[in-house]
Amino acid sequence: MSVIAQNLIWGVRRRTIVNDVSLTVAEGETLGLIGPNGSGKSSLLRLLAGLKSPGSGRVEILGQDIARVSRRALARQVAFVQQNATTDTNMSVRDVVRLGRTPHRSPLTGWTMADEAAVSTALEQVDMAGLRGQAWQTLSGGERQRVHIARALAQSPRVMFLDEPTNHLDIHHQIEILRMVRRLDLTSIVALHDLNLAAMFCDRIVVLQGGRVVACGVPAEVLTRSLLRDVFRVEAEVTPGPYPGQPHIRFMAA
Amino acid sequence: MDDEQQGGAGRLALFLGLVLILLAVAVAFAAAIGDYRIGMGTVFLAVTNGLGLTSAEIPPIEQSVVWDLRLSRALVAALAGAGLAICGAILQALLRNALAEPFVLGISAGASTGAVAVIVLGIGAGSLTLSMGAFAGAFAAFALVAMLSNGATSGPNHTILAGVAASQLFNALTSSIVTTSGNAQQARDVMFWLLGSFGGVRWPDFQLLVLVVSAGLALCLFMARSLDAFTFGDEDAAALGVPVGRTRLILFAATALMTATIVSMVGTIGFVGLVVPHAARYVVGPLHLRLLPACAAVGALFLVLADIASRVVAHQQTIPIGVVTALVGVPFFAIILYRARPQT
Repeated sequence: MSVIAQNLIWGVRRRTIVNDVSLTVAEGETLGLIGPNGSGKSSLLRLLAGLKSPGSGRVEILGQDIARVSRRALARQVAFVQQNATTDTNMSVRDVVRLGRTPHRSPLTGWTMADEAAVSTALEQVDMAGLRGQAWQTLSGGERQRVHIARALAQSPRVMFLDEPTNHLDIHHQIEILRMVRRLDLTSIVALHDLNLAAMFCDRIVVLQGGRVVACGVPAEVLTRSLLRDVFRVEAEVTPGPYPGQPHIRFMAA
Repeated sequence: MDDEQQGGAGRLALFLGLVLILLAVAVAFAAAIGDYRIGMGTVFLAVTNGLGLTSAEIPPIEQSVVWDLRLSRALVAALAGAGLAICGAILQALLRNALAEPFVLGISAGASTGAVAVIVLGIGAGSLTLSMGAFAGAFAAFALVAMLSNGATSGPNHTILAGVAASQLFNALTSSIVTTSGNAQQARDVMFWLLGSFGGVRWPDFQLLVLVVSAGLALCLFMARSLDAFTFGDEDAAALGVPVGRTRLILFAATALMTATIVSMVGTIGFVGLVVPHAARYVVGPLHLRLLPACAAVGALFLVLADIASRVVAHQQTIPIGVVTALVGVPFFAIILYRARPQT
């Protein structure tokens, strides 16, 4: 198993936001995290990536308890893509992606061939190699998101967390980014809003409601009419999609 | 190393070389210019005499003015400028705020309170205790800010607000001390100190400052890559493997130490820490491994020139150095504000 979470509990003051969540993610799997607003998707993602410490429970990544691993060692294996990370600093695309090599460099080592190769490969993987010299400030929303993913890839991670990576993107870029994430040879955990995209691109889906896991499994098992009504409070028709195991959801107006 | 990087390094080396040559020239001028003018040749001999390289025959008064008064003063000005500029660059990166500068953490206000308490209340006597008072005040302010912002580990906005609160508190304390127990002469001393002054600095000041500033610069260069990782915020830095809380605390403490040392010697000199990092960023870019040395060099040059200006503008008088830097700094500040306005 690539990621194992056991009985994670986390809250702010008296409000419990993540409530007794356990899950496992297999090597190379793409796991979708879905749930209504405020269901605890973002918080759970940060607990799993080690950016927040749970009140109780533990997370194991690649066989190591992440509470016992240094930030730097963890960042060599785990990358995290925030939604809408911005800066006022005037940096080139290339310099932004180079930041991804931070956990692999000590204060005194120079820029190595391996660093350069990781940056070039990452830029090619997100199809941004042509814009490497451009200023980050001048990029469109979709291009910025791709640069952030390139920066995460430059970390050479084995596990990648993405917090709603398709936000603010047009449908072409949404599909392109998720297809790319799925094709990558690493374990990824993706928080998503769009249920059809989750059905299309995730091997398995975890559904959160009020901080608890209410369903977990392959898309065809999880995304049912009754679950959509109970958790998302929508009426919908679920039909088998063009590809096996990928149901198609059509929402009803009334 | 690829071409692009070598190009950047070459550009930095060229820039640093240029600024350091200008700095040497400016220091030479600072040693020559004044109410008692001394020729450049004599300045050169006085310096080599002082270094023990020559034993040329020049009037003892000129030897003393150049070596004991003006050279030490110019070099302290250079180091103070370098230190304040480095602190500004660090704080702008950590607080992700274009208007951050060394005094945003309330350090100058604390140092002023300490110094004014010594001058007015007469706690002890002499310049040594004045420095000690300023230093103690600076650290009291820093401790308060660190406490208000959970050991300086809270987010940037929280830290800035804590700094504002500390500044207000210590400024109020300073005002109340001055108004309740000051006389005219003391108020004049206090004013001069509050606006910064290089009068009265000597070689021992230089020795301490060179130690503190070079140690501070070395530490910050060592952590330069961690500083770069803060570009997209604290959480992003954490995701890149930087221990955010610890890094923040170490760098805040280093800037507090540098600022407190400088302020305790020469008073509060505003705007250097704000202006210089922005100017340096235009030339060498935002990455700290290049930005910090550039800031140090430009800051040093800026304050030496400001000190010369403060001595030559008004005949037979010295304008407080803080007035000169503010007169240059405020227009620049306005430009930054204008450029940093929300894009609509």
